[in-house]
Amino acid sequence: MQFLQQTINGITIGSFYALVALGYTMVYGVLKMINFAHGGMFMWGAYIGLTVTTGLVALVGYASPWALVPTLIAVMVAVAGIGVLVERVAYRPLRTAGRLAPLISALGMAFILESLARNVYGASWKTYLPGLVPGGRVALLGNVRISVMQVLVLLVSFLLMALLYLFVYRTRVGTAMRAVAQDHEVSRLMGIDVDRIIATVFLIGPGLGGMAGLIVGTYYGSFDFTLGWSFGLRAFIAAILGGIGNIPGAMLGGMLLGIVETFAAGYISPQWKDVIAYVILIFILIFRPTGLLGERVAEKL
Amino acid sequence: MPLLKIENLHTFYGHVHALKGINLEVEEGEIVTLIGANGAGKSTTLRTISGLVRPREGRIEFNGHLLNNVPAHQIVQMGISHVPEGRRIFTTLTVMENLMMGAYTIRDERVIQENLERVFTLFPRLAERKNQLGGTLSGGEQQMLTIGRALMARPRLLLLDEPSLGLAPMLVRAIFETIREINAGGTTILLVEQNARAALKIAHRAYVLETGRVVLSGPAHELMQDERVRKAYLGER
Repeated sequence: MQFLQQTINGITIGSFYALVALGYTMVYGVLKMINFAHGGMFMWGAYIGLTVTTGLVALVGYASPWALVPTLIAVMVAVAGIGVLVERVAYRPLRTAGRLAPLISALGMAFILESLARNVYGASWKTYLPGLVPGGRVALLGNVRISVMQVLVLLVSFLLMALLYLFVYRTRVGTAMRAVAQDHEVSRLMGIDVDRIIATVFLIGPGLGGMAGLIVGTYYGSFDFTLGWSFGLRAFIAAILGGIGNIPGAMLGGMLLGIVETFAAGYISPQWKDVIAYVILIFILIFRPTGLLGERVAEKL
Repeated sequence: MPLLKIENLHTFYGHVHALKGINLEVEEGEIVTLIGANGAGKSTTLRTISGLVRPREGRIEFNGHLLNNVPAHQIVQMGISHVPEGRRIFTTLTVMENLMMGAYTIRDERVIQENLERVFTLFPRLAERKNQLGGTLSGGEQQMLTIGRALMARPRLLLLDEPSLGLAPMLVRAIFETIREINAGGTTILLVEQNARAALKIAHRAYVLETGRVVLSGPAHELMQDERVRKAYLGER
């Protein structure tokens, strides 16, 4: 019973990692660059969500979980906007400058996003208003319980991931994205506007990351400006674990990291969960250096 | 008016002066071939036409439009498709997805279907393998796919860069036969080849390039008789 409970908790946290990991992996796919600013964008999702919910609650007069619906949309649009803006000013001008310059630019953007959040919202912990999170628990089997919030989180995450998968593997623009990931020059010869495809990736990745920020913020209730690094780096590791550049890999890596962390905390020791989890991950990477689903990347590098 | 007209074209790679004033014309319906040694500027000429590299000087006119500053992805839309050297198919996409990327600029589903049928008639092998990943095809099939993919845009002018490179002799013959067939269907072709003999055999006219300059040009059958061409490019003494 405890095993099932831990697994459900692990999958919940894993789905957060997966949503954020998708942003790292998609950008790596088309630009072969680690977007270190992605954690910052994710964190802004939590802050913007805070502002929007606070505003909505002030407007309506009471806090209801329904406020999360318009908030989710607003956050997605706003953070997608941040993503496209960052790409336009910090990455596109460096498109032909080799690999190191955009990496430095990404680190710079990460610091800028973090400092901005600290300056705008302050360094103290922020808390979502109580009443926004749907309460209650649903009994599954016997004494295994899943909270209504967990059910919602899992539903939304899996729906988003399924939609993303269908978009990338079943549509014209999604196919073009995979083409650009393989060969920019030939993609241009097909008539694909490569800059536009890259901008689309920076719309979707940060859009999903921003939503994850809102979900994480409400799920844990409180956060501060270090959320981008602490959580973003874990999601980055999940992307590497799954095989960076590979979309199903990011989903799998996120889930696995969430489950391993939760098991380590639940069965061994919460203080040692990071040590245990990352030792296991290092072992996986020793035997599969390109990540779990990363053959395609290995072929290219 | 020629379909493609190039005047005094200069292209640089960094500090390397790759094209030093090329003049070249292609009439509608022709097969024109560029022959020359490695590094003569053949591929660079094609890459400059399709917009992958920008010329420093000169003019490229296609169908009366100046191409110098048109981005590569819009040049496709104007009717020029470029098959780059070295079978650069999308190995992680299926054969069908590769072909659909070739038709990326076309929105009319009926036109796409028509083009697809034409490509499958030309290369029945691709129809048999349409659900396989590009990377699992043999070398000859990959070359068919690069050409088929370019034809999906139904270009007026097809730029072919070394289509016979690295293929077995029997496949080379088949590829050249196909090029002739494509041309007979109304597509103008600008062909770059190391295999000068085979290229001159199917071409109407030819240009000989040496270190970024056109040193000789004329009808292909005349160049085939030219002593300098026979010595330098056809391996005769």
